[in-house]
Amino acid sequence: MTTSSESGETPSAALRTEALEQLLTERGLIDPEIVDAFITNYETNVGPLNGAKVVAKAWTDPEYRRRLLADGTSAIKELGFGGPQGEHIVVVENTPTTHNVVVCTLCSCYPWPVLGLPPSWYKDPVYRARVVKEPRTVLSEMGLDLGDDVQITVRDSTSEVRWLVLPERPAGTEHLTEEELVPLITRDAMVGVAKVAAA
Amino acid sequence: MEGIADMGGTSGWGPARPPRADEPVFAEPWQGRAAALTILATRVSGRNVDAFRHAQERLDRAAYLDEGYFGRWLNAAELMLTEGAILAPGEIDARARDLRGEHVENPSVSVSVSVSVAVPESARPDVGPPTAAIAVWRSAPGSLRTIDAAPAFAVGQRVRAKNISPPWHTRLPGYVRGHAGVVEVIQPAAVFPDTHAHFLGENPQHVYSVRFDSHELWGEGADSFAVTVDLFENYLETTS
Repeated sequence: MTTSSESGETPSAALRTEALEQLLTERGLIDPEIVDAFITNYETNVGPLNGAKVVAKAWTDPEYRRRLLADGTSAIKELGFGGPQGEHIVVVENTPTTHNVVVCTLCSCYPWPVLGLPPSWYKDPVYRARVVKEPRTVLSEMGLDLGDDVQITVRDSTSEVRWLVLPERPAGTEHLTEEELVPLITRDAMVGVAKVAAA
Repeated sequence: MEGIADMGGTSGWGPARPPRADEPVFAEPWQGRAAALTILATRVSGRNVDAFRHAQERLDRAAYLDEGYFGRWLNAAELMLTEGAILAPGEIDARARDLRGEHVENPSVSVSVSVSVAVPESARPDVGPPTAAIAVWRSAPGSLRTIDAAPAFAVGQRVRAKNISPPWHTRLPGYVRGHAGVVEVIQPAAVFPDTHAHFLGENPQHVYSVRFDSHELWGEGADSFAVTVDLFENYLETTS
């Protein structure tokens, strides 16, 4: 925790992180290579591309879509994705008249196996505080204007349930293959603060 | 418990910012290291994910907010490690000052460690070699449990979130307390954070996704929408 001292300004988070790593390493409690491996994993292997593959498959394979909405965890595991913060994933579908948007008001719980670590706006007090009280306004500020006829459901991740939004497949993508759809599908659409654009 | 972490419905935060598609996972190198170190610190200090969240919610406003998400993780890691008697209070600060050229006495040899939140020996993990820690974390048993008890509430039933303010860790957000909603989904049973965070047992129980109408939560003037909140059985009661 930060403390003030006569000897000057409180050391930065970067310096305190370095200090923590040194102290735990010296005590034989951690291996810095494991820290490197964790970073590499979440920077390169685990991210929204995983979720995009799930969504593209659901858009092109009706039987998979059915399984995904019935039991998200199992259907996602079929594609090889699982692990911490993905113990139980529930997939909810957005339609022209119903819109789901996900938040964790208590910390920043997020489905890591399919979306990676959460982006800064998801962890921001603005989003956590306001999206459960005025979602239409917050979404509009973030660039998504929904019509008055669209029913919004906010999903507050207050237990170990992790929510993933299955966005609408945009018109004009009927000719695209599963592989061609994947690059269109964004992290923001899978949390419910954006829609997928055709191109 | 009441605290800065329970943010739902609080005001004064300003406008939302549009997402940036090209945002890096870790904006600064220390953030990735702090994230990994915090996960490792949770384990080596004998804590669990609920105790980690409780450590975050006990941070003061500055420690929680000023250095962002990974800053609050770092500060929670320090709290877990000092309470677990792995580090002395002030030891990270002293080492950090050392790193920038100040000469500071090491508190670990000059200060006796006081353990304010004791972890029972039985809850302490066999930490094992450091290289195994992430693998163990990745394959940890998690929070889901199979229980024999039948769910107390049924899908479609109207229920009320208890109007309580526990002084301990809880996952019952302030903004739903005292409000009624409808059970939408019965989710798998899971360990109860309120006791698990304090090493008082898993007490696994049913979890319900309860749908609240915006007007019930925020009054007649609110926009029309719904919020589902995933609530443990102990947080709910029947409505009269």
